[in-house]
Amino acid sequence: MSILGTRVQRVEDPLFLTRGAVYTDDLVDERLAGALHLTLVRSPVAHARITSIDVSAAREAPGVVAVVTGAEIGLEPVVLQGGAPKETARPFLATDKVRFVGEPVVAVLTEELYQGQDAADLVEIDYDPLPAVVDPEEALKGEVLLFEDLGTNVVGGFGLDKEFDEHLFDDCEVVVTQKLVNQRVAAAPLETRAAAAVWGDDGRVTLWASTQNAQSARDAVAGWLGVERDVVHLITPDVGGGFGAKIGADPEFALVAQLARITGRAVRWSETRSENMTGMLQGRAQIQTITIGGNRNGDVLAYRLDVLADAGAYPRLGMFLPYFTRQMAPGVYDIPKVESRARTVVTTTTSIGAYRGAGRPEATAAIERAMDLFAAEIGMDPAEVRKRNVIAPDKFPFTTKGGATYDSGEYAKAIDKALEAADYAGLRAEQARRRERGDTVALGIGVSAYVEITGGGAFAENASIEVHPDGTVTVLTGTSPHGQGHATAWAMLASEHLGVPVEKITVKHGDTDLIPRGAGTMGSRSLQTGGVAVYQAAGELVELAKQRAAEVLEASVEDLEVAEGAVNVRGTTTSITLAALAEKEPLKVQTKFDSGAPTFPFGAHVAVVEVDLETGRAVVDRIVTVDDAGPVLNPLLADGQRHGGIAQGIAQALLEEVRYDDEGNPITATFADYAFPSAAELPSFTLVDMATPTPLNPLGVKGIGEAGTIGATPAVQSAVIDALSHLGIRHIDMPLAPLRVWEAIQAAKGDA
Amino acid sequence: MIPVGFEYVRATSVDEAISLLVEHGEEATLLAGGHSLLPVMKLRLAAPEVLIDIGRLSELSYIRVEGDEIAIGAGTKHRALEASELLAKECPLLPAAAHTVGDPQVRHRGTIGGSLAHGDPASDLPAAVLALGGTIVLRSPRGQRTVPITGFYTGVFSTVRDPDEVIVEVRVPRTGGAGWAYEKFVRRANDWAIVAVAVVDGRIGLANMGPTPLRASAAEAALADGASIEEAAALADQATDPVSDVPATAEYRRHLARVLTKRALTTAAGAAG
Repeated sequence: MSILGTRVQRVEDPLFLTRGAVYTDDLVDERLAGALHLTLVRSPVAHARITSIDVSAAREAPGVVAVVTGAEIGLEPVVLQGGAPKETARPFLATDKVRFVGEPVVAVLTEELYQGQDAADLVEIDYDPLPAVVDPEEALKGEVLLFEDLGTNVVGGFGLDKEFDEHLFDDCEVVVTQKLVNQRVAAAPLETRAAAAVWGDDGRVTLWASTQNAQSARDAVAGWLGVERDVVHLITPDVGGGFGAKIGADPEFALVAQLARITGRAVRWSETRSENMTGMLQGRAQIQTITIGGNRNGDVLAYRLDVLADAGAYPRLGMFLPYFTRQMAPGVYDIPKVESRARTVVTTTTSIGAYRGAGRPEATAAIERAMDLFAAEIGMDPAEVRKRNVIAPDKFPFTTKGGATYDSGEYAKAIDKALEAADYAGLRAEQARRRERGDTVALGIGVSAYVEITGGGAFAENASIEVHPDGTVTVLTGTSPHGQGHATAWAMLASEHLGVPVEKITVKHGDTDLIPRGAGTMGSRSLQTGGVAVYQAAGELVELAKQRAAEVLEASVEDLEVAEGAVNVRGTTTSITLAALAEKEPLKVQTKFDSGAPTFPFGAHVAVVEVDLETGRAVVDRIVTVDDAGPVLNPLLADGQRHGGIAQGIAQALLEEVRYDDEGNPITATFADYAFPSAAELPSFTLVDMATPTPLNPLGVKGIGEAGTIGATPAVQSAVIDALSHLGIRHIDMPLAPLRVWEAIQAAKGDA
Repeated sequence: MIPVGFEYVRATSVDEAISLLVEHGEEATLLAGGHSLLPVMKLRLAAPEVLIDIGRLSELSYIRVEGDEIAIGAGTKHRALEASELLAKECPLLPAAAHTVGDPQVRHRGTIGGSLAHGDPASDLPAAVLALGGTIVLRSPRGQRTVPITGFYTGVFSTVRDPDEVIVEVRVPRTGGAGWAYEKFVRRANDWAIVAVAVVDGRIGLANMGPTPLRASAAEAALADGASIEEAAALADQATDPVSDVPATAEYRRHLARVLTKRALTTAAGAAG
């Protein structure tokens, strides 16, 4: 019986649950003995010129070994995102100007960690304040410039080469337009950012860092340090969550390595939660204007999406993400005319990067809001409008007006399955009863349909597999698990071919000397690239073993089969174990799998919320999700990914928002103020199975990591608005926190 | 997230804690559960030179009936209040309020005396004890005094407690069968109250409606004069001074105070008997 598709328990967990994980800050390594501790003095103001920096008192503080300013760091400012204007280069330590609260200015190195903050408090920096610019629409005006030499705050754009078509909606009976805010959120992984570095006598630096992709982090750090990439040996210990914000390297990693070079000592850095809430990349932060048009029979004919993306102070990956938003603009719908554009501006805030979904949730949120608004305008059921306009299953592969080619999908079926599992008709009846009775607690039902891109941008991955003479197996992968369970899943894939139990298979990742090539874990890419590569490697190893065994057993390759870790001659008792073959010469293969294109998982969510009409508080009562990512390798792992994604989706819809005051001060920079949820705020999730394979890889698998977030966010937002639709409310921006919902109810009453 | 350096002394008795307070003067701060104090120290918003730990004094941990009152040792943990069968029977408002404090980890560390002394207007127990009309017993080298909670708070995070005084006990009436309710409005289960309303025996305590916990006196008076619950609750925000912050505007807080008071009074009316 195949192990694929079964609920194999995570082999990672016994250690995590007993000894605990070993995160970068937990490392005990003799090379780090006596390491210096880095404390960064960060800007307390959003936008200012630095007029003086006095570190003399700090240098005299107990335990201080070095205090280093931007003038002394010996690293040139760098453009952190390919394609960003050269004027937006970020210094590793600010010298002339600071551009967001939390920007590093001075590095303090102490013998003991606790001495660092005391010394940092003695650093005196004079700031000559400049006006902050927090709102992207204000930034667009260019009245306050972050980079004077650039002459504008606009740092990027897509689809700006031609004007919007003024006739786009000419054929439409109904046209609805709405401005939406897809708010800024914090990734807030439980393990904050951390790095440690030491230079060896061989002139190489060993850098331990918490990242989602060791190899590209190595490349980035080497480039910033001005050394060849093989000078950097990057190792990822256990990584405690990333959600996209740990893709690649942060400038602090290079700073740690450079300070180790300057001092000739090992240096460690582990940021505090307060630093993390301003220093780590944040997500979303788009202002969107949507316009949708169609006929009163429910046909959508045209859709326009205009995106204004906030890049934060220094452009990072967030600058690029509107590309995905535009590509996925039409979502699951077959819309005859679609146009979109995106502009990205810098603001005096924390930089924006990837966050679970990264550009695609923003597209889904926009089109799903548009479908609801259109449905409300023509008085048709929102689920019905969706089903009427989805791409028909016989049209795949389907190239959309967004420019993407969807591999496979059955969108109406996904919607139907979700509606049926939720008892949609029953919910609508209950909603009507409550309205009839004038209940204080209103029922709202939100339906979303989504399609997303997984494995986008990095279609290839490496794997190698080796059987050892003791019968154990080592798998090397270029993916980089930080909670996903690759140690279990990749072992299952190897076990399927080799017949070796998963307990005997060790999966290694995240050491650039051991695994020089790999693209890491992001964009829900791992299974369909790295997993398939492991599966392919195991298959190739079987063929290699058969060829070797054919000689030993004096049999023809065609008569051989591999089962339970041995090569057997079919129909006989003659066999040789893989271990025995490995004793003679190394039994090892290395391979690469390249799908050449991304896949497009899809699904539908139905959220049921209760809204207290007196207080505005919305609570998710149920959420039913169909998340079709093709055949499921391990339902336990896949369900876990869906659960986490749904939780984050609900969180964005109802609770989370990074906010700044007008001076650019963060006002949600602690966990008391930044409202990410606990289990107490979430319902149990109803997961409905559906599996439509992709033709793009031999397992037929797509990615599942971000699906929950992409589907849940609009479903929950829609449900809250639906609960209030009888009051004439058509839209409320996220997060639909009690205050905002109450204010919308008050405004609706005022209008009535 | 590393506090300024400090001395740490663990007191072995209340008397020793008082002498240590006398010895170190205003540089010293009492440490009990630490769940309010340590975070502000880690953010360097507070930098006491000496911490006097009274968290392990068993003499401060008790719940017992004394005449018409219940005496609660100041070091009694929220979890003990929550789980007390005696309180469930004699003063059910208090365990209900304690149950909403933070999360289980916090409730296993935090103490009633620490919560009252800290004086966060958004805290649960001060509003509950205020509604109960409780008293606070303080001990110092000058002896022991009893301060009604109505006169205990002087502003945000400030009380009439002298620097050399230790809260040793909180006394609340045995409310028995009197109607009660605790209505707390939060975004997340473990948050501080955006607004909370404690009702018992016709008295109404408000959390986070001003710099200190407040009584909704106008609403109480209206009730006493025979007003309906709706009429009385409409007065719940009178003489309050709520702040505007991330989760709520002052106007929204006023609205919540009225709604929650209506709900609490309705529940209390149903529970009386």
